[in-house]
Order: sequence, then structure tokens, then C-alpha cells
Amino acid sequence: MATQHSRTVARLMISPAVILLLLWMIVPLAMTLYFSFLRYNLLMPGMEEWAGFSNYRYFLTDPAFFTALRNTLVLVAGVLLITVIGGILLALLLDQPMWGQGIVRILVIAPFFVMPTVSALVWTNMFMNPVNGLFAHAAKALGLQPYDFLAQSPLLSITLIVAWQWLPFATLILLTALQSLDSEQMEAAAMDGAGPLSRFIYVTMPHLTRSVTVVILIQTIFLLSVFAEILVTTNGGPGTASTTLTYLVYVQSMLQFDVGGGAAGGIVAVILANIVAIFLMRMIGKNLQA
Amino acid sequence: MARKTTTARKATVTMLAWTIGFIIFFPVLWTILTSFKTEGEAIAAPPSFLFFDWTMENYLTVNERSDYPRHFWNSVVISVGSTLLGVLIAIPAAWSLAFVPGRRTKDVLMWMLSTKMMPAVGVLVPMYLIFRDAGLLDTKTGLVGVLTLINLPIIVWMLYTYFKEIPAEILEAARMDGASLRSEILYVLTPMALPGIASTLLLNIILAWNEAFWTLNLAAAKAAPLTAFIASYSSPEGLFYAKLSAASTMAIAPILILGWFSQKQLVRGLTFGAVK
Repeated sequence: MATQHSRTVARLMISPAVILLLLWMIVPLAMTLYFSFLRYNLLMPGMEEWAGFSNYRYFLTDPAFFTALRNTLVLVAGVLLITVIGGILLALLLDQPMWGQGIVRILVIAPFFVMPTVSALVWTNMFMNPVNGLFAHAAKALGLQPYDFLAQSPLLSITLIVAWQWLPFATLILLTALQSLDSEQMEAAAMDGAGPLSRFIYVTMPHLTRSVTVVILIQTIFLLSVFAEILVTTNGGPGTASTTLTYLVYVQSMLQFDVGGGAAGGIVAVILANIVAIFLMRMIGKNLQA
Repeated sequence: MARKTTTARKATVTMLAWTIGFIIFFPVLWTILTSFKTEGEAIAAPPSFLFFDWTMENYLTVNERSDYPRHFWNSVVISVGSTLLGVLIAIPAAWSLAFVPGRRTKDVLMWMLSTKMMPAVGVLVPMYLIFRDAGLLDTKTGLVGVLTLINLPIIVWMLYTYFKEIPAEILEAARMDGASLRSEILYVLTPMALPGIASTLLLNIILAWNEAFWTLNLAAAKAAPLTAFIASYSSPEGLFYAKLSAASTMAIAPILILGWFSQKQLVRGLTFGAVK
């Protein structure tokens, strides 16, 4: 039973975490919001002045913004497509009886534990490099012209690298969901004469829907913030060919020292992420009640 | 299962699964193998898979030349430090949420989660300025602080889902017997939730070890953990594949090993209990 006393204690116990997160949430975000209305460049200290909405106007009408927005959507959608479809297929495969399932799981999960800078560098240099990369060696062995992945299709290359990192996550979650599927339900469907395909469509898929949604939402949150993979491989280039929204804000604030413009971009990114977050929170919230 | 699995089918599935598993794992394996080659062999065409002169030279060079041990130590301090600090703050919070639920418990949990949804880039500028003005740029203290805040919601959530599974009656019994709140948490709750706390520690050390936004933006040299150190290999001079591989292998090995132990908790932790 919760008494008045225990409630007070509980409030006391939770307050450090709440206060810290509250500060973390409000202080920097309020500063970003404030900066976004200033003309403020770190190279010209003391010259700050009120700029109204002009930072937003510049940011939102900059052609780079549209490229970055498009690149962000392409990257997120591409990675989601590969990881969700690949994850479902892989999870179905790993759920079958086989020898050495534990070891295969370990092999499949490995990329998730590789730090982003390492996987980006390894893929860029040892696989995608047009001179010394393994793909170039393979192309030459087959008598083909090596393909310069990062120069010719930078965004696709980054999408592939990021998809490699996130495929294990999708697979692992979907496999966990598959394993919680009641085998009696499957048997009943089989006894009623349902073939493997209709068993998949009418029993497995409905069971997986929730997990797929969770995978999509959580990955989207992380994918919107993909940064190291771009910094290390292409620096957003050539031109702005692989610049995402996150990277554009980084360039503006950290490389061009344009605090005001970067802050406006940051607020735009926060708004976009929030749209996704609302859906995710609903999903998780529903689960909490049950 | 009524349906019998034939040996042939099982063999086919095994073959297919092992092949795909091998392909997915291959970049990691290739990095490890390359780290034992000489620079010449690392870029040789056709590449040799196993039959090359194995050498430890790259590991020695990387350790000597680049201050590698220091960056490794930075990674350890930052990831373990931020995780321990986070757990220390989160245990009492998760205790209140799990055992003294009120009308707003759910809202608090959801709100904590929502702080995790804020894209880092939205607060990059102020964080950089705060760090600069407080003299925290390129310090381990600063990074421990930021990573604690970033992972705190996940830590609270994970602990909450583990605490939820412990019957409240046991804690009440301890209270009846006159245990103070401190000893209730320290001697009753913590030992019972130890497996859960351990998984929470494990997963968050992994997340903090691999975090590559704040570490890249807020630490350049002295306090740079391995994520930032490895990034410096992106502008190479001369032959460097073997050395890059050696540095990479050392950076990912500890986490690969920890990670393989935490597969199950990974799902639970990263989906905030939505998939178990």
C-alpha cells in the first residue's frame, strides 16, 4: 500500500533523475530556440543582433536544405526498406530448426556492436575503395571496371553501410517476436489445411506487425541522427550529394560558425523528429497500459 | 510440433543460414584478418584469405605511435563512468516508478522516453557553447556528463521493467521487519534485481562505447575516446589498411565480446519493453 509517507519518499527518490532530464531537455533547447532568432556568428563575437525569422528564411530557402531533406528521407527510407524486409526474411530463416543456431545468431548480430566510425572506415577503404577495395578486386577479377562507390553513388553507399549496421537490430527483434508466437496456433492453422504461404500471411504477419512498427519507429529516431558515417566517408559530398539534415546543421554551426543559422536548422530537425516520435510514443504507451 | 523436420530440410536451412551469417559477419572477420597482414599484403590483389605471413607488427605500431592506450582508456572511463553514474541516479527513480505507482507514473515514464527522441543536432550549438564556456571541451568529465544524460532514460526504463517483475510483497515484508528504505533498496531489491541491473549496465556500456555524435563533436584530442580516434584515420597518409584494421579490431573486440552476452537484453532495452 502506498501511504502518504511513501509517496513523499518516492517523489524524493525520483527527483534527481527528473530534474537532470528536465534541465537537459529545457536549457539547451531554449538556447537553441533563442539563438535561432539571432544573427550570431562565432567568428564575429559581440556582433549578435536580433534577426527575427531571417535565419529560418535562409535555412528553409537554401537549396542545400531541400537536398538535405531529400537525402535524409532517402537514407531513412532506404535503410528501413533493407533492414525490415531483410530482417523479416532472416528472422524467418533463423527461426527454423538448424545446427549451430546460436553461432549463426552471433555472426548476424555482430555488426550492431561495431562502432559507427569503424564500420564506415572499414567499408569505405577495404571494400568500396575503387583501387584497393575488395569490390574493386572482385570487379577486376571478373574483367569489369571497378566502381567508385562513394564518388558515384555516395548516398547509396552510405545507405548500404548504415543498413549493414541496423540489419542485426531488426533481425534480432523480429526473431524475438517470432519465437513468442504460439506454436499451437501454427499447428491449428496447418491442420485446417493452410499452406506455408497463407500461414505466413494470416498467422505470422499479423503477429509481427507490432514488432515491425516498433523496429521502424526506433530505427527512424536513430537514423535521423546518422552522423559519423557521413563525416568519415564523404563529408556530405561530393557537393551536397550525401548531406543529410543532421550533417547540414553540423556544417553550418561547427564549420561555418553560423550559430544562428545552425540553431534554426536544429529547431527544424527537432520538429521533424517529433512527428516521428509522437507515433512511437503512442505505440509504447499503449503497451504500458496492457 | 506435429510436423517432423526432415534431416534434408534441416541441412538446407543450416547451409543457407550459415552462408548468410558468414556474409554479414565477413566485414568484421576481414578487418580482424587484415590486422595481421603486412601493409603490402593488405592491399594485394588477389587478396589472400588465410595464407599470409601472420604478423603482430601492426598492433605494436599502433600502440606505440598513436597514443592508442590513452584513447582506449578514455573510452573505458567515459562508457563505464557514464553508465555507473546513470545507474546510481536511475535505481531510486526506477524504484519509485515500479513500487509506488501513482496516477502520473505512466506520464513520467513517457516523458523520460521523449527526451531520448530529441535529435542531438537540435542542441549541438548550445551544448558546444556551454562546454566551451565551462572549460569542458575535450574533457572526460564533460563527456561522462553528456552520455549519462543521453542514456539515463534507457537506464530508468530498463531498470523499471526489471523491478516490475519483483513482487512488491517481498519489499513490504522487509519494511514490516523494520528495514529502512536504504537497506530495503540496498539489501533486498538490489540483490534480487542483480541480473537485470547487470544487463542494464552491459547494454549501456555498449551504447556509450559506440556513441559517435557527442564524442566526435565535443572531444578532439586529449579526451577523445576510440570513436573519435578512429575517425582520424579518415584522412590517411600512405599505406594504412593493416594499421587501420589493427586499431579497429582493438576498438571493437571488447564490445563484440560484451555484446554477445547481452543479445536478449538488447531487445528489451532498445524497444523499451515493447518487445520481450
